[in-house]
Amino acid sequence: MTAQTSATSHLSPFPSHAPSPSYLSVRHTISSWLLTTDHKRIALLYMASITLFFFVGGAAATLMRLELLTPQGDLVTSETYNKLFTIHGVVMVWFFLIPSIPTVLGNFLLPMMIGARDVAFPKLNLVSWYLFMAGGACAVFSILTGGVDTGWTFYTPYSSTYANGHVIAMATGIFIAGFGSIATGLNFIVTTHTMRAPGMTWLRLPLFVWSLYTTSIILVLATPVLAITLALMALERAFGVGIFNPALGGDPLLFQHLFWFYSHPAVYIMILPGMGVVSELIPCFARKPIFGYHFIAYASVAIGVLGFLVWGHHMFVSSQSVYAGMIFSVLSFMVAIPSAIKVFNWTATLYKGSISFHTPMYYALGFVGLFTIGGLTGLFLAALAVDVHVHDTYFVIAHFHYIMVGGMVMAYLGGLHFWFPKISGRMYPEWIAKLAAVTIFAGFNLTFFPQFILGYLGMPRRYHVYAPEFQVLNVLSTAGASILALGYILPLIYLSWSWRYGRIAGPNPWRATGLEWTTASPPPKDNFETTPIVTEPPYQYDARAPELEPA
Amino acid sequence: MRPILLSLFPSSASNLAPAVDHIYFALLILCGGVASLIAVVALYFCIRYRQGSKADRTPAQGGPLKLELTWTIIPFFIFLALFFWAANVFFGMSRPPGNATEIYVVGKQWMWKMQHPDGRREINELHLPVGQPVRLIMTSQDVIHDFFVPAFRNKQDVVPGRYTSEWFTPTKPGKYHLFCSQYCGTDHSLMVGWVYVMEPAEHAKWLAGQPAPDSLIATGERAFRTRGCSGCHAPNATLRAPLLDGIYGKQVPLADSTLITADDQYLRDSILLPNKQLTAGYQPIMPTYQGQISEEELNAIIAYLKSLGNEGEDKRER
Amino acid sequence: MSAATLPVRFEHQFDDPAQQRHAATLGMWIFLATEILFFGAMFLGYTAYRVYYPQAFAEASRHTLIAFGATNTAVLLISSTVMAFAVGAAGRNKSRPLATLLFVAAALGATFLVIKGFEYSREIHEGLLPGRHFRIDVADRMHAEMFFYIYWVVTGVHALHVTIGVILIAFFGFRAWFTDAFRDHDTPIELLGLYWHFVDIVWVFLFPLLYMIDRHTS
Repeated sequence: MTAQTSATSHLSPFPSHAPSPSYLSVRHTISSWLLTTDHKRIALLYMASITLFFFVGGAAATLMRLELLTPQGDLVTSETYNKLFTIHGVVMVWFFLIPSIPTVLGNFLLPMMIGARDVAFPKLNLVSWYLFMAGGACAVFSILTGGVDTGWTFYTPYSSTYANGHVIAMATGIFIAGFGSIATGLNFIVTTHTMRAPGMTWLRLPLFVWSLYTTSIILVLATPVLAITLALMALERAFGVGIFNPALGGDPLLFQHLFWFYSHPAVYIMILPGMGVVSELIPCFARKPIFGYHFIAYASVAIGVLGFLVWGHHMFVSSQSVYAGMIFSVLSFMVAIPSAIKVFNWTATLYKGSISFHTPMYYALGFVGLFTIGGLTGLFLAALAVDVHVHDTYFVIAHFHYIMVGGMVMAYLGGLHFWFPKISGRMYPEWIAKLAAVTIFAGFNLTFFPQFILGYLGMPRRYHVYAPEFQVLNVLSTAGASILALGYILPLIYLSWSWRYGRIAGPNPWRATGLEWTTASPPPKDNFETTPIVTEPPYQYDARAPELEPA
Repeated sequence: MRPILLSLFPSSASNLAPAVDHIYFALLILCGGVASLIAVVALYFCIRYRQGSKADRTPAQGGPLKLELTWTIIPFFIFLALFFWAANVFFGMSRPPGNATEIYVVGKQWMWKMQHPDGRREINELHLPVGQPVRLIMTSQDVIHDFFVPAFRNKQDVVPGRYTSEWFTPTKPGKYHLFCSQYCGTDHSLMVGWVYVMEPAEHAKWLAGQPAPDSLIATGERAFRTRGCSGCHAPNATLRAPLLDGIYGKQVPLADSTLITADDQYLRDSILLPNKQLTAGYQPIMPTYQGQISEEELNAIIAYLKSLGNEGEDKRER
Repeated sequence: MSAATLPVRFEHQFDDPAQQRHAATLGMWIFLATEILFFGAMFLGYTAYRVYYPQAFAEASRHTLIAFGATNTAVLLISSTVMAFAVGAAGRNKSRPLATLLFVAAALGATFLVIKGFEYSREIHEGLLPGRHFRIDVADRMHAEMFFYIYWVVTGVHALHVTIGVILIAFFGFRAWFTDAFRDHDTPIELLGLYWHFVDIVWVFLFPLLYMIDRHTS
């Protein structure tokens, strides 16, 4: 970094002795929001949009769970059911999970955590949001005009020939939103490389920044492959020429290879930021420096690299070569190691801490538990012979929901509750927030644990009508889903309420370390009155003096 | 009132099931143990080191390196062991025994069509004698399907344009679910059926109760003539084409001076895309049969071609 | 760098021009990495099918119009060279030569597109556009069609990149001629150059892969 002298040479619009107005109160016009280049406002634009998409995807899931109360197809037709799970998958993956933590918490916090005034390319940041919304509009158009029944995986030749609905509009939506993701990833990488404050060396970065950095690299390298693959699929569907349909001399497995080359790393796009959030929460509420900082940071990078080499474990029974299957299997076991390292380190951080249980800590501990189960069941899927049996069954559904929902959504909510005072300047009522956290944890387990059993019993996924002996477990799952749905509505209500009426939080209600807590809550438009200078590693908590505010 | 059906573990009815279940149980014990350990330790820390408790909080001496290496290296070796165990079983799943009965399966939206070697056809049902290894040779007429019998612990995608196969030996008489487990469109969840595993005597009785059709080989031989294959691929033909006696399993020299083993996929490609793998010394004059021949007929011809190898000299007169 | 003595423009989020330059350059390289992966998927498809069906691809490749392809390779390489000189001129703060060189580079890029257009129209005329009217006289028509499908998609995407490049270069040329936007501020020209060389390199791979399969044997 070359910015030692900059703190004074940079011309701030406000004299440094008067407090600057917060980013929320700079201006109030609609255009000041829609044309903003402030990373914090863009984060809020994203927050509003992904919340909307979350409830669209959630509504589809609710209808599916209701349908699955009985083995017969009695609530909706098969075609509608197929469209429901497609909508659920597409919306949740591309319009909620992938953007969730990076674009909301990442956008808001990355510049603040490294001591910068904004991301490297603020205008591009706004363009990302517009691309995301344009992609979302295409997806919504596709849903409103009849939906798509390909499943979120768009396997050819089904998607390119036989499928019903507006497949092309949906693919276009994902294609456009993909470029938004690429732009965000690019922005984050450059920001992390070039915008760090003086003294903020790589090994002083908060672990959340490490995880965002790795996530961004995956976004930038994997997303273009998805974009071109979906474009080729759409061309094949539109013009009847292409390279994936065997009737045209093509190979449907090529599509699967290309699709999973993106979509497996995408799984890590969806979980790494969650790991980063939890690595912030646990030290703060245990009042201890995180255990094994270097190992957690490098584990993120290891996951990012290995994550690119395991896509074939989605194809063990696809007629891919047996030997390819073996290589992908052994690599899949290896990618579990860095994940395990993280879990062990989080647990070890609790040792000799001074642990307090505020709402974010509820979510963090919930995350560790659920992610552990999700990760361990991944071993079943990496083990070739077992995967043959459970592939494409509810076992897989349960496994990845433990990672995506048990992991990522818990971490997102945890992070939201942790940084809500910073974002809004206000606190939420603790008791109801804790109630919501417990409700979500209980509802989640009741929804998805029975699905492991269903999967080993052999219930295939994407089944509208199922064998009667699967009913009891499905009823349990639906019961859990209704609790889960309630749990998700609660934060929407009390956080909206607290935004206006919550208690004033003050700059650092958790007495947390990190540059973002050195600013006012909510922060001023340019984050820092003077560029901060960093002199020590992150997480300098002291468990023996938990009340002490870190220096 | 309908009795409440609740099962927690699938029935095991093939030679593969115990092997897969053993790995599954080992993983359950291992993962359950690790998860419980983490939960107990975390819970203990949470209680003992809750804020305000009188626990000793003197920071531990020494860096984390030893601990980190321990929990990196131990999982590494456990994972390697698990990999080899599961891969070994998987490898066995891909190697059918030589005496397996070959049954042709064609998937289409949304039904399964099976054909036994003796020509018997079944739809969405498969009757098998207990104890006899079975190899399914499968292809699809439209999109990707997947032949999944949970009780046998085996599944395999059924892909248009190519043959895939899976094998198993049924070990327990009974009636078992057959599912399509690769999403294939509107009635995907209705693309289901039953596999009946019967005692050999019972199976023989079932066979006797069915009208005896022509065997698959006989059907294939007829198609071989009516489709005009024999016009070229016969000793007395006017046009020069390779003789096909004993072709199955042989190494065939190709025009690009490589060798290829004549398996099901090769025979299929040679009929549908004759110019893809041209036999050395012959001209690319064979017309393609792509789109002109049904999957069932193709299966019959291939079964016939395979029989040419087995019966040797006496077939040559035909 | 002499930036400290000159009045320099940089965005408010940066501390100094050097930081801005570093950020912009890194951003461009990452963008190009993304582009490589974007084209990479198409190259993978090409490779897979060429390995499966070498005969069909070789025969189909002989139906491409190599004279057009070769001319275009030369045009694009020259354009790229001119661009390199333009980057040099920008570094020496020579606005008028910079503008002139940019116009030449853009004109050559446009020439590429015109030639490509004639080539496309010839190919459509000869029935080499995949689809209902595709006709070609080879043994394996299906995979010859696949070759041409890949040819159209990948050259089409490349042509789109060239079009964007031509528009940007011309726009920068006008700015260099009429304003002093690039005085002591040559980063945009350098990044434009990176993009243009990338477009050129993609074509350098496409030309032999599409036009020259086994030409020597025919």
